[in-house]
Formats: sequence, C-alpha cells, structure tokens
Amino acid sequence: MLRLPTFTYYRPKTAAEAVRQKLAHGKDAMYVAGGTDLYPNMKRRHQTPLHVISLQDVPGLNTVEVQQDGSVAIGAMCRLSALEVHPHLLLNFGAFAHAVKEISTPLLRNMGTIGGNLLLDTRCTYYDQSHEWRESIDFCMKSKAGSICWVAPGSPRCWAVQSSDTVPVVCAMEAQVELVGPDGTRRIPASELYRDDGIQYLTKRPEELLTRLWLGAPSNWKASYVKLRRRDTFDFPVLGVGACVWTDSYGVVTKANIRLGGAGSYAIPATESEKVLVGQQLTDAVIAAAGEKAMKPARTMDNTDLDVYWRRKVAPVFVARALAACK
Amino acid sequence: MGLDESKSIPGVARPDAPWRHDAKKSELNVIGKAIRKIDARSKVSGLTKFADDLTLPRMLHMKLLRSTVAHALIKSIDVHKARAMSGVKGVLTGQDMPIPFGILPVSQDEHALCLDKVRFVGDPIVAVAALTEEQAWDACRLIEVEYELLQTIGSVHEAAATSDPRLHDYGVRGNIHRLENLEFGDLQDGFARAEHVREDTFFFEGNTHLPMEQHATLAHFDKDGKLTIWSSTQTPHYLHRALARVLHPLPAHHIRVIACPNGGGFGGKSDPFNHEIAAAKMSMLTGRPIKIALTREEVFFCHRGRHPVLMRSKMGVTKTGRITALDFQAYLDGGAYGSYGTASTFYTGALQTVTYPVENYHFRGARFFTCKAPCGPKRGHGTVQPRFAIEVQLDKIACDLGLDPAELRLQNLAPRDSLTANFLKIGSMGLGECIQKVIDGSGWKQRRGQREITADGRIRGLGLACSSYLSGAGLPIYWNGLPHSGVQLKLDRSGLVTVFCGSTDIGQGSDSVLTWIVGEVLGVDPLGIRVVTSDTDLTPVDLGSYSSRVTVMTGNAAMQAAERAREIIARGVAEHLLVPSSRLVFADARVFDSEDPQKGMSFMDAVIAAEARFGTIGTVGSYTPPKSPAKFRGGGVGPSPSYSYSAAVVEVEVDPLTGIYRVPKVWMAHDIGRALNAAVAMGQIEGSVYMGLGEAMMEEMAYRDRSHKGHRVFVHKIPSLLEYKSPSTMEMPDVVTYVVEDPDKNGPFGAKEVGQGPLLPMMPAIANAVFDAVGVRVDENPISFEKVFAALQSKKEGKDARFGPSAGADGVPQVDFGDSLKIKTPWQGGDGTAWNEPKREKKAAK
Ligand SMILES: Cc1cc2nc3c(=O)[nH]c(=O)nc-3n(C[C@H](O)[C@H](O)[C@H](O)COP(=O)(O)OP(=O)(O)OC[C@H]3O[C@@H](n4cnc5c(N)ncnc54)[C@H](O)[C@@H]3O)c2cc1C
Ligand code: SF4
Repeated sequence: MLRLPTFTYYRPKTAAEAVRQKLAHGKDAMYVAGGTDLYPNMKRRHQTPLHVISLQDVPGLNTVEVQQDGSVAIGAMCRLSALEVHPHLLLNFGAFAHAVKEISTPLLRNMGTIGGNLLLDTRCTYYDQSHEWRESIDFCMKSKAGSICWVAPGSPRCWAVQSSDTVPVVCAMEAQVELVGPDGTRRIPASELYRDDGIQYLTKRPEELLTRLWLGAPSNWKASYVKLRRRDTFDFPVLGVGACVWTDSYGVVTKANIRLGGAGSYAIPATESEKVLVGQQLTDAVIAAAGEKAMKPARTMDNTDLDVYWRRKVAPVFVARALAACK
Repeated sequence: MGLDESKSIPGVARPDAPWRHDAKKSELNVIGKAIRKIDARSKVSGLTKFADDLTLPRMLHMKLLRSTVAHALIKSIDVHKARAMSGVKGVLTGQDMPIPFGILPVSQDEHALCLDKVRFVGDPIVAVAALTEEQAWDACRLIEVEYELLQTIGSVHEAAATSDPRLHDYGVRGNIHRLENLEFGDLQDGFARAEHVREDTFFFEGNTHLPMEQHATLAHFDKDGKLTIWSSTQTPHYLHRALARVLHPLPAHHIRVIACPNGGGFGGKSDPFNHEIAAAKMSMLTGRPIKIALTREEVFFCHRGRHPVLMRSKMGVTKTGRITALDFQAYLDGGAYGSYGTASTFYTGALQTVTYPVENYHFRGARFFTCKAPCGPKRGHGTVQPRFAIEVQLDKIACDLGLDPAELRLQNLAPRDSLTANFLKIGSMGLGECIQKVIDGSGWKQRRGQREITADGRIRGLGLACSSYLSGAGLPIYWNGLPHSGVQLKLDRSGLVTVFCGSTDIGQGSDSVLTWIVGEVLGVDPLGIRVVTSDTDLTPVDLGSYSSRVTVMTGNAAMQAAERAREIIARGVAEHLLVPSSRLVFADARVFDSEDPQKGMSFMDAVIAAEARFGTIGTVGSYTPPKSPAKFRGGGVGPSPSYSYSAAVVEVEVDPLTGIYRVPKVWMAHDIGRALNAAVAMGQIEGSVYMGLGEAMMEEMAYRDRSHKGHRVFVHKIPSLLEYKSPSTMEMPDVVTYVVEDPDKNGPFGAKEVGQGPLLPMMPAIANAVFDAVGVRVDENPISFEKVFAALQSKKEGKDARFGPSAGADGVPQVDFGDSLKIKTPWQGGDGTAWNEPKREKKAAK
C-alpha cells in the first residue's frame, strides 16, 4: 500500500460549518470520522479528496443519550469501543452491542466510529486492491477510470458488498438515523439510508452529515446478530445475519425482520424466511424452515473471501442460528 | 537415549572439554538456561534499526514499475516523460544491468530489471529515483511500455502441455525446468512383498512467508568508489556475490553488504533480489544514497515461497506397516524463475526416508515454469508438501490395516546411526520419544475416535503426524571446498569478548546462539559478549540464515574459536598461577584451579595475563559439514550433519453443518538434540505451530484467472495482509510443547535444528484430525472450511468421503521422465553411486 496522498485537513467547530466546507469544495472534499475506512481507501487511491473535513470537534456527537422510554440516541462520533461496553446498550440492545464488538479488532474499534461504520464503503476483492493491481487487470466501474464489472462482466451495475456489521442489525431493529444538511435536520428509517448498488450505496446527499443513530425502546422484540468470517477477529463479514422478532404474550411471532449483510450491496431482507415465522412459535422446526428459505435471497458473488457457493449453502445455518438466538 | 544425568559431576564444569555433545545438564552454566536474547530489549522497545529505518543525507527514494501482464515480450519502453518530471533524479531499465543472476549457479535466469520479456504480473521493468517516494511513484505512472503478449502458462498441467512459448530458453524442454528420477533398490520386489498397497493423489497449494517487515534496501556508492548496501536479507554473502556479478567490473572487495536485523524472513529474504541490485546501480548512477522500501503487494511479488505441488504416492507396506516400497511423484509449480527450485525439487523427494525406513524407494520430481511469482524456499523447504502426503497416507494405511496410527509409527522408526535407502546418514533420533510424549499428553489412546460433541454441537477429533528436518544443508549453494561458517573472536584487556560472524539474525536468535556458546566455553556472562554479525567487510563468511543451518554450523565454528581462545588464556593463566592448564576451569567470569577453586583470577585478569604473554588475542573457528556417503548425481540435496524430529497431536472441533472447524489444542514434541536455550527453543516450536496452522487452515497464493478484451488476465488474487488470510491470535491454539533432547555428536553441545521441523506435522495432523472427527479426507492443503464441507456433502450423497485432486490418470500431468538413475540401497550392498548411466532426455534446442 502506498502512503497517503497530499490533502488539506479541516476541523470545523459546528455541524453547520462542516456542511458549509463540504458544499464549498463539492466532490473534492470528504468527511472523515475515525478514518479507518477512508484512509486505507485513500492509500489505494480509491478516493483522493484534496480537502478532508474531520468531524472530531463537532460538539454533541460523542454521547449516548438514554431517553425516558429506554430508547437511545447514539452520537455518530461515538467510538465503537465505547459502545461495546456501554451498560445500557449491553442490557437492552445486546444484539447491537454484539455486532459492534464483532467489528474488526480492538485497535480498530478504538478509532472507528458508529457513524463511519453505518456509512462504510461497499467492498469487493476486485476493487480493494492497490492501484497497480487494478491497473493490471483494468479498472472496474467502481473506479473512476473503469467501465467493466469483473464479478459480473455482463452487468450494468456494481455488486460490491455491504460490509458493515451493524447495518443488518440496525435495519432489522428498525432503527432511525438523523441527518443534517444545509436545509436542516431530518430523521429517516435506517433501512432507507441504503440502496441496492455497489457504487451509489447511500441515499443521502453527499453533504449531509450523519449525526445520530436512534434505537427504539425495548419492548416485545428480541434481536440478534450472527457473523460469518474466516477468522474470529479482523475480518469483514462475508455473511452477517441481523434478526429481530416481535412476539405476543403466547410466544407467537407477530413480525420478523431478517437482514442479510455481506450478501449483496445492501442488507438484503430475507422476506420468505420472515413469512415462515409470522403466526408461529419459534420452534426448532419453524426456525429450520425459515433458515432454508434464506438461501435464495443470499446473492453471494465471487468478490469476497471464502467460496461463493459455500457461502450461499451455509446461509440457512446462520439464519437459523440468528433466529435461535431470538428465542 | 536422553541426557544421562547419573554420571554427571555436580557443581561446576569439568576442566576437560565440558562442551561435548554428551555434557550433562548440571555441568553447563549457560547452555540450556532460559537467558534473554542479546537483542531482546532493543527489539521490544522499538530501538532496533531495520533497513527501512535507515536514512542518509541526500538520500533518494526509488520505485519500480512492474509488469501489468503475465507473459509478454517488451517491444518498447518510453521513459522520457518520467525522466522530465520534477524531482526525478534517475531512471534505469534492463539494458543498464544486462548480466543475469540467480541464487543457484544452474539457474542464472533473473535480471535486475526485465530485459526483453516479462514473465508474471509484478516483474520489475523500470526503476525511478526521485526526491520523494510519491514523485517516484507518479513518475512510474508516466512510463509507457509496449508489450507483445504471449500465451500465459498458469499451471503445471498447462506447462506440461505447452512446449511453445517457453518462459525460459533453458531447462529440460518446453516449460519443464527440472526432471529428477531416482530409484533406490528394487521397487518391483518391494511391492511384491507388500501386504497392502495404497495409491493416493494429493495437492498442496502454494503459500508465502508473510514476514512482518517488508523488504527494504539502502544503497550508497561513495566518492571513494565503494558500494555499501544495507538490506533486509537472510543471505548477505550470496547477495554480495550477485552484486559483484551484475555490477561487473566493480570489484567484489569494493562491495560491502550489511544485513540489517530481519523483521522475519522464513526463507523469503534468501534470494538476491532485483530491487537490491537496482538500488545499488541507481546509487552508482546518481551518486546519491538510494532507499527502496517495498509495499506489501510487492512482497507478494518477490514471494519465493512454498511451491504448489501435486503429488502421487504409491506405498506398499507389510501388515505391521513396514514400508517395503514407495513410489513418489511430485509436480512442482515453480513460478516464473528458477530461484532455489532445483534444490526444492530434490527436497520434495529427499526426506521421506528419515522417519520410517523405506526399503525401496523411487522418486520422480518435475518442476515447471509458470507465469506466477517465483517459488522458492519457505520454512521446511520442499519437504513440507511430501510430508503432508506421506503422513496422511500413513493415517489411511493405519485405518485400512486396523492399526493405531501412533503404534504403526512407533513400530517402524528409522534406527539411529543408520543409513537410509537414499544414503542419508541419521545420527541421533528421538522420534519415538516425541510420539510417546504427544500421545501421553493428549490422551490419544482414550480420546481418539471418540467423536465427543462440544456444547455448541461440534465434533472433536484427534490427529497425529510426524516429521523430520535437516540441520543445515550438507552442501553450499555454489560449489566450493571452503568452510560454510567462520567465526572470529577478539579478546580485549577489558575482559570484553567480541564475536564476529557472517550469520544473520532474522529473529530466530542466531546472534544470541553465538554468545551462549562462547559464554559457556569461556565461562563468561553471554549478555556481556558483543556480537558483530552479517557485515561482509567485517565478518568472516557464513553462508546465511537458511536451511536451519546456523545453530549447528556457526555454533561449531564459534565453539572452535572459543576453544582456541580458551587454550591461549589457559596457558597464560597456568604460567601465572603455576598450575597445569588442564586443571583450569572457566566459569562465573573466573579462571581457577579445579582442585583449589580459591586459587584463580577474574576473566579480565586472565585475558591480561595471556595478552602479556602472547600478544593481542584473536582466534578463528570454522565449520564444514561431514562428507555425505550419497555420491550419485542429485545426492547433494538431503545430506545434513543431523536430523531433527517432531511429532504432533492436534485436536479439532468440526461443525458438521458448515465444515467450519477450530483447533483448540496442539501437543508438539520436538527432538532438538539439545536446547541451547530452553525459552528460545520453545519459541521456535510455538512459532512453527502458528505458521503450520496458517498453512493448514487458510493460507494460499491464489490467482485470478480471467479473460478480458481477448486476452487472459492472470494475477495474484489477494496480495494484501487483510485478504491473504493468516491466523490471528484468536485462531492460535493452546500449545503443549515438549522439548525432547537426544544430543547429536555433530551439533554444538549436541544441538540440532528447531526453526523449521515442528511446522511440518501441523498440516497432516489437522487433516487426520478432521478425519477422526467427521470421517472425511481432505487430500488438499489448505484444509479449508469449504473443502471439509464439500467432502461432508459428498459423503452424505454416498460418494467418496474425500476432497482432493483427481485420483485418475488425468490427475497428474503426463511427463516423460526418461530412465531412472539406479542406486543400490545400503542393504543391497550399494556404495552410494548409481550403477547405470541413464539415457537423459535430449535438451530441447534453444
Ligand atoms: C482491516 C480492517 C478491518 C475492518 N473490519 C471491519 C469489520 O469487521 N466490520 C465492519 O463493519 N467494519 C470493518 N472495517 C471498516 C471500518 O473500520 C469500520 O466500519 C469503522 O466503523 C468505520 O468508521 P470510521 O469512523 O473509521 O469511518 P471513516 O473512515 O472515518 O469514514 C467512513 C466513511 O463515512 C464517511 N463518514 C464518516 N462519518 C460520517 C458522518 N458522521 N457523516 C457523514 N459521513 C461520514 C466518511 O466520509 C467515509 O466515506 C474494517 C476496516 C479495516 C481497515
Ligand atoms: S462488483 Fe464489479 S464493479 Fe463493483 S467493485 Fe467489484 S468488480 Fe468493480
């Protein structure tokens, strides 16, 4: 990997100032939080912003605010390592805290933020390579210079993989995110932040800041996150199952959300599996049946670690394990 | 036979040569103790200077432009835009260094920068030096190279089937680099006497060393016409020779190579590299110091790692598992250059015989050129792949015969002090004790085959495998009759002992080994000894840190130099104290009368007494390995002063639904001859377990093979530390380490190697453990989760419960090996020579 290219570094003191700076430089500027995703990407020359706007001095983004009803507002600049040990999160949002803990290594979690994690770039083993490597095979369409997709050469779109550990679980939990732009603040469901495209993977406008993640109050739901990766640390998910199941007082499922991370360009809903659950109790047989239905939506491609077919074949096992954890 | 303590004299060292191989532990003050390494504190506090830490005034930074195509002729190179860029001070192309080089005299097939042809994606073409690294890199982007594409050769099968184009215009024919065909004894008779015969096909994928330190070099050609190179190299002597060759007419004695401490080598820094030579030339061109630090991707391109090897093994055994005949074929994917490949080819056949006797043995080995980063020596050089095959095959045979795999091995151990079918001379042999330790420790007898279920539904299994490795190659890389190791000692009136030696500390502790041996012989604190190593201007030649040779070879040389110094000092002291020198003891930084310990003097005073009597004190020692009885052509690879032995039991827990497994515990025993330092020896063993675990579970040099705009794209799949998977601390198992000591008379204090051997059993032991757990065979390394899953699926569908290369005729390439070289075994009355002169293949025309 090369060293970082040259850039100007900014430390705005308010969110509004950050947005102004971003608007002033347009495409030549990027926000940085922990930098654990952006800086390696810049070293590979994926992005070469001339202006890097750090959010570290923007006030109020560093706190976890517990509301009266038990719901929480998590500041985008909260370090992952602070969240994974937060008592309220551990007690009431265990699946989320667990997903945070599954991210990479302790060192990376000391730097990485939840905001950066939610906005993490999509990944592909044809793309996350040195400039020379990409030059040697010819740049793909996710790079400025390229037009082909190496994973699916006939395809008009990019299939780079959603690789954040928290996204599947926050989408399943129907969390919300707060965005700040030049026209003010808006709050949208987390799942509406993402698009099924490896390049334009976010719906938000480039200058919009992500300021908060809202997790809804604990109630009659249970969530879980199960991660597949080769090593028990360090590695991105090649399948990350976020599940959230609502039940009535008889233990009958009234609603279920299952999201597959690492299996497509966004956290894919396993709709057929969800349908199997509704109206049933979470017995082993029901869980197994729901798991079986997850093979189809898992759109694994040959652009991550581990064999593409194997990843799809074992998806039911992981979905079943995530559901078993929701019992 | 372990160390016999019963005859030891308690207390201090005997005056008469207490450093012999059979010295009792209690007689030794330094050897065997867990003393910290001489460089430990600098290393852990970050003060050690590696090559990339060095800077010189006016230093320029160099970058290499590398090939973006797998196989092509270079039609033109246009560098004028790069040359004109601001900050650029020098540009070199192949024409500036036209003399070829290579580590082995038989394969001088590399150029510092490609002359007229590129052979893999990553082959260097142009070197650019500039004021900053970024400028040099930007300048490289301005260079235009025009290629005429040639057919890509991507595998041994393709290489065997393609006679034209050739990657190189030397070798056997087509893209076959080497063919070896050696037959010891009477195979037909051996198989006829066998009561059970098995034939299996195995594949071992290539993998790389992954040293934490990326290669770096600083070159400085000074105003006096002398060249100095600081580099992360394991072999400063061979680099010195390559530089002298390519930079001709610069005289060799104007070149100084200093090997910096290596941040890991594992064999990956044992070749002279193109970037080292180009940096030297660039410094001569610009008159300024030149630094090059490779990126991680470039380290993958340097490679020289484990060869991918396809193997077919036919083994005939008696009912008790005695091997009456072994017919072993190995097909090595050598990558783009020769490197150590000739030796690697022989090594895939050499050590099959030193663990269990093989009565009749036929080895065929073929090495091919392909458009991949060149393969070479990695920890266990060439012997790892066949060991995987043999140990898995023996496990299958034990299964076929209804024998306990541990018992099968224990009943068939190669005898100590014997000659093997291929004339390797075994000295001490502690494999039996190693096996006993690991089966006792792991509860093998009770737990094997029990298929215990863990709380999370995984199935447990145990697997056993053994191995052996050499303590240094019996012959040097280039033919010569000179010592392999030299040591000089300087003793000073301050009491300081300085050891000069050409060896290179690559983290294994070779600098410390010198201090322990000299410290023991002279009775001084090893931490007070100064070591000057790996500087071709200052230190006597040592061939390098490869082949597990350093402890035995520099150790013996250091011992000789120290004995000589001891003798001089003893004579000086004897005259001074008026006691016979034979009664003097050197210990605790004193020299004293063994019959009256009060009578003596400090070591410093002893040196002064000797210096007053004989003048300045300096001694030398050197070491040449014993001559091997293997006199046939090809017999030069395999002989060693001694062989180490290892045995491992590995526990796995396999998830039957996914094939995912973990390795919670490993029991590893290693016969080291004698541990010169208990802690450092264990560190080497545990490091081997770690590296072997990575090779077994995940590491592979995989390639992307695609086509694009009508041509084939063939490139290393994942040249990055994140995506080339190697185990983390989370995968590292608990390791129970047993240091078995069966002293060998050829080793200093009886020591044998420890740096490589304990890696070898890991891969086959894991394969065998997976079988024990879930009843499927993975005959292909790495034994990845997907392969275990595929074998489980296959078993479920009632097919072969196996994953591996095709066992059919198409499994291995069709190659005409020609007639074999026939050698009678020692028990047939053979004398180590061949009795036929086989018809060799006519060399293909150039
Ligand atoms: C070796 C390695 C392993 C990794 N493993 C994992 C893993 O297992 N799981 C996983 O989920 N991630 C992993 N990551 C990715 C990354 O470290 C984490 O996702 C981390 O949380 C990113 O946060 P950050 O603050 O460092 O993001 P940054 O790098 O600072 O930012 C990431 C992106 O988001 C934008 N951005 C950041 N904050 C804001 C904001 N508040 N508003 C608007 N835009 C913003 C930046 O402009 C940038 O485009 C890994 C990274 C590496 C290098
Ligand atoms: S999915 Fe296709 S377009 Fe997207 S990054 Fe990978 S190769 Fe490029």
